[in-house]
Amino acid sequence: MKLVKLVPDDTNIHFLKWRIPFFIVSGLLVLASWALVLTEGLNFGVDFVGGQMIRATFERSATAPVGGLRSEVTALGYGEPIIQTYGKPNQVSIRMKLPKGADHDPALADTMTRTITADLKAKHADVRIDGVDSVSGKVSKELGWTAFKALGFAAIAISIYIWVRFEWQFGVGALVSLVHDVSLTLGMFAVTQIEFDLNIVAALLTLIGYSLNDTIVVYDRIRENLKKYRRMPMPELLDLSVNETLARTVMTSLMMLITLTALLLLGPQVIFGFTAAITLGIFVGTYSSIYMAAPILIWLRVTSGSFVPNESAQDRQERLAREGA
Amino acid sequence: MLDFPRWKVIWLWSLTIIGILAAIPSLTTAAGFAWPSQLPEPRVNLGLDLAGGSHILLEADPSQVTSQRLEGMEESVRGKVASSDGKVRVSDIAQTNGTLTFVVQDPTQVDAMREMVLPLTSGAGLTGQRDWKIEVVDGTRFILTPTPEGIAQAVTQAMDTAVEVVRKRIDALGTREPTIIRQGDNRIVVQVPGLQDPAALKSLLGQTAKLEFKLVDTTALPSDIAKGIVPPGSELVPFAPGSPQAGTRLAVKRLGGIRGDTLTNAQQSNNQQTNEPVVSITFNNEGGAKFAKLTTANVNKPFAIILDGKVLSAPNINEPIIGGTAQISGSFTAQSANQLAISLRSGALPVDLKVVEERTVGPDLGADSIRKGMIAMLVGTVAVMAFIFFTYGRFGVYADIALVINVLMILGVMAIVNTTLTLPGIAGFVLTIGAAVDANVLINERIREERKRGRRVVQAVEMGYKEASRAIYDANITNIIAAVLMFLFGSGPVKGFAVVLVIGIMTSVFTAMTMTRLWVSQWLRKARPSTIEI
Repeated sequence: MKLVKLVPDDTNIHFLKWRIPFFIVSGLLVLASWALVLTEGLNFGVDFVGGQMIRATFERSATAPVGGLRSEVTALGYGEPIIQTYGKPNQVSIRMKLPKGADHDPALADTMTRTITADLKAKHADVRIDGVDSVSGKVSKELGWTAFKALGFAAIAISIYIWVRFEWQFGVGALVSLVHDVSLTLGMFAVTQIEFDLNIVAALLTLIGYSLNDTIVVYDRIRENLKKYRRMPMPELLDLSVNETLARTVMTSLMMLITLTALLLLGPQVIFGFTAAITLGIFVGTYSSIYMAAPILIWLRVTSGSFVPNESAQDRQERLAREGA
Repeated sequence: MLDFPRWKVIWLWSLTIIGILAAIPSLTTAAGFAWPSQLPEPRVNLGLDLAGGSHILLEADPSQVTSQRLEGMEESVRGKVASSDGKVRVSDIAQTNGTLTFVVQDPTQVDAMREMVLPLTSGAGLTGQRDWKIEVVDGTRFILTPTPEGIAQAVTQAMDTAVEVVRKRIDALGTREPTIIRQGDNRIVVQVPGLQDPAALKSLLGQTAKLEFKLVDTTALPSDIAKGIVPPGSELVPFAPGSPQAGTRLAVKRLGGIRGDTLTNAQQSNNQQTNEPVVSITFNNEGGAKFAKLTTANVNKPFAIILDGKVLSAPNINEPIIGGTAQISGSFTAQSANQLAISLRSGALPVDLKVVEERTVGPDLGADSIRKGMIAMLVGTVAVMAFIFFTYGRFGVYADIALVINVLMILGVMAIVNTTLTLPGIAGFVLTIGAAVDANVLINERIREERKRGRRVVQAVEMGYKEASRAIYDANITNIIAAVLMFLFGSGPVKGFAVVLVIGIMTSVFTAMTMTRLWVSQWLRKARPSTIEI
């Protein structure tokens, strides 16, 4: 049987030749992402801003009557809802602020749920209520804070691990590419306005872990080559390392693409945003392992001396004598 | 690297087989077959977001516990003073800024008073603090302050009791398999699978059910009550909404009443004359005796039945009630009377509980998600397996078998440690498949490389596993770090996702590295190939 080879043997692509333009582009993308997050804002779900979310499916309609729903719900006097479809065009989430005083008297929030669901059922015979989430302002603040802590701690803990396993420059490189990956993913959420809920935080934590896989594989090869080719200039050595691991990078990315596409297209709609975040993050992660994590090592002056202790003059003479012999 | 002694082979295979066997009950259930009940059945639980049901987070206000302790202390101090037969007299008893203060009238009795108060306090915490601080200022003024340790202990006790009460009330509703867990200092999580309308549950848990019987202060003038003026020693309590006098208030004597915590039973019944729904209560011996004493001493006077700080009704005591049973009337419906009976039977909540978070999931959405998740997983797995086979040939077959075993083992381990599969967990499952083959890709690419460099077959395979394992371990450890943080900081479904990730990482390292190495080495030893296709 003839085996498939996606990447030909002995590629020699000069990836690092374009490191400066790519680094600038990446930097601009990160800035643009944050600008978008700050100006457009993230479409936070009730998990993070408090309020109530009703999920409903219109079982016999192709699309949900979003406009009609908005005026129907507004007419109930609880304020204007945020109505979005998710997954399929006939599935909607209706988000409301909790009524005033609900923090003291939770019965008020109950009454609102009942009024809205009763109204939906009365006006739409094919509606199916899939779930109700009600989160008070206090709890939502805590959820937001713990999510932020989880992301921060994860990034720092992972960087420290890499610093311990490699060298401090590698830890910095991993941290920078992590920030890059998470920033671009957040940027995507600002652009698409996909609902940002607790599950998305889990997705961000996952992609922190997985996008680092690529970085670690490249770093591992760089470390190995640094010991092997002590006199090779750094850019050349990085290119060699990236090329040597290229077949694996392409193959693994493809495998992830296959499973994630299956999940995006065939999987549960409720976690579409979650899957989208991981998909984007993993590809940004592969890119950043080549164009962020690797070149940073040049700028932070990693040399073969980082892994091999400097020889004394005597050791050097002995080694040369051995090699000569 | 390629040496496997016999015991190790047996050990590895037993682990694998146990993992696979443990997955079978979950799979047969998912496929709709009944699992024979006499066999052990470790099974993966479905989270609320997949099975449907209600999740309710209740919160207590710790400051309420503090004020209750002040009330209790005031009553105890008054009791002590009363039982001293006039020896010690105090005045100016007041609760101010979270402290209880009073003045001993005779300065020579200060030490006697101190002796009387001291037994009312007790140790709290591990370092020998007491639960109250006793100070005497200006010679005769006592200041009793609850210490932080004392408050913390009281809150803990109150929450423990609250969890018990919540459990009893939910059991009384007959709901199946509820989960009731204390969370943090002052919260309780209640999860009830399959419950679609949590309204009844919430109104039951929202009722503190603190029942009190207090004498009505008949000396208070209605005009004064309207202005909010009460005679000393009395307080104003509003009538419950729904009672005929709703909107007005009643003056009752603050102390000397009876609490409902001395009940042994409560049942919904009907008043024999009016046929109105009422709640019949039975006191225990102590409560019955107190109730008899109170009613005997106050015949022909009205007393108020107060529930959670609202007057239900204020009937006249027509005759002494000495049998230890009584009826509570108060404009009930049959349903609300029944609910009150349940609440009273299960005991009062020591603190009010408020719903701060609530999630309800319908059953259709979950079933739909499971089906779609399974389809996505099947399609993804088959496509990945085909790809791996065409890329790595024989080595790909080993990786593919490892992948299938991995999926089964994840299920098996989840069933053994009894974890819960949540919606994001399904995504974690699918993701693990993509990531699990990464280990085999790394190994096989490395073997290819070593062959290209001219190493002999056995050496190339050996080097492939050895050199690739470093990166594989580093990558998986970083993933575990992320997953552990997710577990520590995440809530319900996210925690479930983190658990799947961790289990998936561990089983994938086992199957993709250890098991494939075993198969490859066995093949190499038997076939002794001089060249390999990879």
